[in-house]
Amino acid sequence: MYTLSKNLKLSAIIFMVVGFVLFAVDYVFLPKTIADIEAMHAGDAHGAGHGDATVADAHEADTHHVAPDDAHAEEGHVMTEEEHNEHLLAGYQNKPWSAVYIAAFFFFMISLGCLAFYAVQYAAQAGWSPLLLRVMEGITGYLLPGSIIMFVLLALSGFHFNHMFHWMADGITDPASDNYDKLIAGKSGWLNVPWLLIRAAIFIAGWNIYRFFAVKFSKEQDEASDNKSHKKSFKIAAAFLVFFLYTESMMSWDWIMSIDPHWFSTLFGWYVLAGMMVCGITTIALVTLILKGAGYLQNVNDSHIHDLAKFMFGFSIFWTYLWFSQFMLIWYSNIPEEVTYYIQRIEDYNLPFFGMLVMNFLFPLLILMNSDFKRVNWFVVMSGVVILLGHYVDIFNMVMPGTVGQAWSFGFVEIGSLMFFFGLFVLIVFSSLTKRPLEPKRNPLIEESKHFHY
Amino acid sequence: MASTVIHAIYSDDDVLMNAVKEVRKKHLHINEVYTPFPVHGLDKAMGLAPTRLAITAFLYGCVGITVATLMMNFIMIEDWPQNIGGKPSFSYIENMPAFVPIMFELTVFFAAHLMVITFYMRSKLWPFKKAENPDVRTTDDHFLMEIDATGKDGKELADFLVTTGAVEINLIANEA
Repeated sequence: MYTLSKNLKLSAIIFMVVGFVLFAVDYVFLPKTIADIEAMHAGDAHGAGHGDATVADAHEADTHHVAPDDAHAEEGHVMTEEEHNEHLLAGYQNKPWSAVYIAAFFFFMISLGCLAFYAVQYAAQAGWSPLLLRVMEGITGYLLPGSIIMFVLLALSGFHFNHMFHWMADGITDPASDNYDKLIAGKSGWLNVPWLLIRAAIFIAGWNIYRFFAVKFSKEQDEASDNKSHKKSFKIAAAFLVFFLYTESMMSWDWIMSIDPHWFSTLFGWYVLAGMMVCGITTIALVTLILKGAGYLQNVNDSHIHDLAKFMFGFSIFWTYLWFSQFMLIWYSNIPEEVTYYIQRIEDYNLPFFGMLVMNFLFPLLILMNSDFKRVNWFVVMSGVVILLGHYVDIFNMVMPGTVGQAWSFGFVEIGSLMFFFGLFVLIVFSSLTKRPLEPKRNPLIEESKHFHY
Repeated sequence: MASTVIHAIYSDDDVLMNAVKEVRKKHLHINEVYTPFPVHGLDKAMGLAPTRLAITAFLYGCVGITVATLMMNFIMIEDWPQNIGGKPSFSYIENMPAFVPIMFELTVFFAAHLMVITFYMRSKLWPFKKAENPDVRTTDDHFLMEIDATGKDGKELADFLVTTGAVEINLIANEA
């Protein structure tokens, strides 16, 4: 049995507290009124603390710039300075919300990706992985709290506590309103708040029910004298994978793509899925290495790590393939209604947008290609950390341009919320690992897994 | 100088593996082992050096991506930078997404084909090559270990090989 060490618990709580404090401090200093923004631009006195002040200044001079995703701006409309400032203010108001949303989604996505990988292990009757199943069950322990947090955040957006989702704005479907948006009104059959929340509730319920029964059956299998529970695990895993592929795809439209409600992409669901799987597998590898380093999981050998690293490598390339397929098709055909999505990201988010390609593709490609390196633990840890950070940036690039726009920066609100959710994730995952022995007792494939050698 | 070799024939791959280990323990030199199918772990048991074919493939891939980049940069950007459907042909990087499929394919093409050719050359395989098969049964269901017996007592060696499970032992003398 694994016991949660005091140090780990304390560090996780410190992460949460420090994260919360950083968030709160930055939140207080974010500009709250148009006057604040004007003051920030006028002198460096107020702007000194914000790395983005210079970025905003550069854009202020460029009055011909039309925010591509701005529903208020007609085509060819030149923004006045007041309009531009108002726009920036809306961005600043969304900034702390988006920072929390990104961090919450990132860790939620890790546990969901891990759950999908877990189901694949059962459905494929993989012989190498049973030793790691408990690690996966531990990581998916975050699914329930993580998905509830996501639901609460969506509900708060739906009740107008923020303006992250433009399609939720008042009067957007009402032809008599100033806010009326014909394109969004046309999508309101799908994009309306009650239906969004109902869908989210169904998705979350489905995933958590699978996780509940999967853990229950694997518990029963440990105590049973036959393989009945294992067969149940197999069936429920196969059923879940079907449910998961549909709901994951819809979840990515609802929770991520609808942030840019004028834009659409058909492979977006797979793209999010690929990122999800990489993060899930990378986290399995990291947690396994931590537990092994602490003297647990004696039977896990280099070959298991090698296999996980292969999956990290393969899914990193799969993610890149989907990223490029989405980017290149839109770049090539250059249709205005699609391409604005990338124009905004390349103009305003150049470094994170292309930087994440280095972190998510180039780095793992070159490091994890070598078969020997995949057995060296610190190589796997190093590339794992870079991959996870890279995918955080990926979510950042998906959410921020639509909610914050040019007012983005990577400041204390972002770091603080990332630290907070990291602490929460570590706390929940490692305490759920203490609940059961780390090695399955009667899994029919456990002997094969113990002697797995590649 | 005349050299002699011993051909020890086995009928089971597990027995062969054990025999290889025994023979290596005795510090006898194994010239070659002929098997009808890949026997997992045989190369490790024989103490063969790991293959470097994967490294050559990586280098060939690097060559491939370089060829693709230089070719398209010359053709599309330097030699005749036409406006084709509004694609930006001012610099390579600006039009790169359109070139990526070719860069990818040529990388794979070079890596795969040159690695295969390297494999053929290193293992000396070509269409009209004379088969070097000491015993036709080794392509079907027998395993043959060839041991260098030059200057050794053939009888003693044969007796030892029988204890390792050989079903047939032939002493072959090559007149040089």
